[in-house]
Amino acid sequence: MAKNSKLKWNRKHLLGIRDLSAGEIEFILDTAEGFAEISTRSIKKAPPLRGKVVVNMFFEDSTRTRLSFTLAASRLSADIIDFTKKASSVSTGETLIDTARNIEALGIDIVVIRHNAGGAPKLLSRNINACVINAGDGFNEHPTQALLDVYTIRQAKGSLKGLKIGIVGDIAHSRVARSDIWAMTKLGAEVTLIGPPTLMPSCVDRLPVNVCYKLDDVIERLDVINMLRIQFERMGKQQFPSIREYSHFFGLNVERMKRAKGDIIVMHPGPINRGLEIESEVADGKNSVILKQVSNGLAVRMAVLFLVNQAAMREAKSRKK
Amino acid sequence: MKVILDANQIKVVLGELTAAIAADVPAGMDIAIIGIRSRGEIIARRLSKSLSESLGKAVPFGTLDITLYRDDLNDPHGQDQPIVQGTIIPFDVNEKIVILVDDVLYTGRSTRAAMDALIDLGRPKAVRLAVLIDRGRSGRELPIQADYAAHKVDIPPSQLVEVNLVETDEKDQVIVE
Repeated sequence: MAKNSKLKWNRKHLLGIRDLSAGEIEFILDTAEGFAEISTRSIKKAPPLRGKVVVNMFFEDSTRTRLSFTLAASRLSADIIDFTKKASSVSTGETLIDTARNIEALGIDIVVIRHNAGGAPKLLSRNINACVINAGDGFNEHPTQALLDVYTIRQAKGSLKGLKIGIVGDIAHSRVARSDIWAMTKLGAEVTLIGPPTLMPSCVDRLPVNVCYKLDDVIERLDVINMLRIQFERMGKQQFPSIREYSHFFGLNVERMKRAKGDIIVMHPGPINRGLEIESEVADGKNSVILKQVSNGLAVRMAVLFLVNQAAMREAKSRKK
Repeated sequence: MKVILDANQIKVVLGELTAAIAADVPAGMDIAIIGIRSRGEIIARRLSKSLSESLGKAVPFGTLDITLYRDDLNDPHGQDQPIVQGTIIPFDVNEKIVILVDDVLYTGRSTRAAMDALIDLGRPKAVRLAVLIDRGRSGRELPIQADYAAHKVDIPPSQLVEVNLVETDEKDQVIVE
């Protein structure tokens, strides 16, 4: 329930978590709670984006995020256009802004963009009038993933205040980790990054986190553990001796889980590499909220689509006056 | 500022409202009470309790959030921000007589939105409208009338009606400004 009703959401773009206040993050989560019910109905639809057009501009592959945004937009009655890099004129050398302006000329209202270059959503937001939602940009941010992560933690634990959260694995190549760090610490959690030194980001000392190179040193203290996938496709060369060794030191397996708190929640942004960063028995076990994260993502994205559109409507109205 | 109903009068008119609704329930039919956020929800909660007592069986109660169904979402008035709080209806509305409850009936636009929101949840046998205050027809903008009004009074559009309820405000009273 949106208790924080004095707060005003005035952003027509969601570019990252870093710029948001704790109050704004909580406002999105509260709003998302109100949207969760729509997905439990027999008619899973409500009308607030009727007549609006959402375009999914994905310059990188995605299953979860693209489907989730598509479904979220259709549950709010928007029309959705899908744009993929492979089947477009980007291959002819058209620039991002030209592509977006052309799509905008068709009369679209919200752009959901995923791009391999960090900052692409911000660049876009400065050059078009439509709302821009970042669905992942380079190694920079993936705000809706972080929002669904903190939503899921709040659902399981009530609040993030004082929780000890471990983010394990390939932090260097993870935009999810960056957005998670901002969202979790802003809401009062203590975040520890865990992984081999080669997979830590270069600026790690400037982030509001602890760093630990041995999962076994901290596993007993964690309330939440978020396992990241090794992003082989983003690495130039392999950053650790072998997959087996990585799995031995940083994989979440049944043995390690025995040492963890009984009520620890196990998260993963997907896609999972079973047997590498997480053992199947753990991914499917009683502490896992991995599939809940996916369903919560829908409510969170509905809330974000709704809120940016409302902000755009108010902005347009005040410009007219 | 003028008090048009005090705490005691509210108790009396809600008692009469309960009796009127109870008298209309056909034998063998199930009724349910659904309140529109936020004051309608509180009145609905009270009605569900009093109706359960007078009918001798539990009358289910739910809360409807009409924010997503408002007709001014894409044409916001001023800078006020719609707050989505969610609908909570823990029962099946199909085949029930649903009593939709709001605090004040004025333009009729909230009722229109509530009917649309309700129909997305199922197909009730019938939908009836019960309100604490019916402001009369001078401000009505849609062809909507109340089936049950606890208190009917003509109030011109130039005046404001404010319903205070002890659950969220300090005391029960209805004032006109």
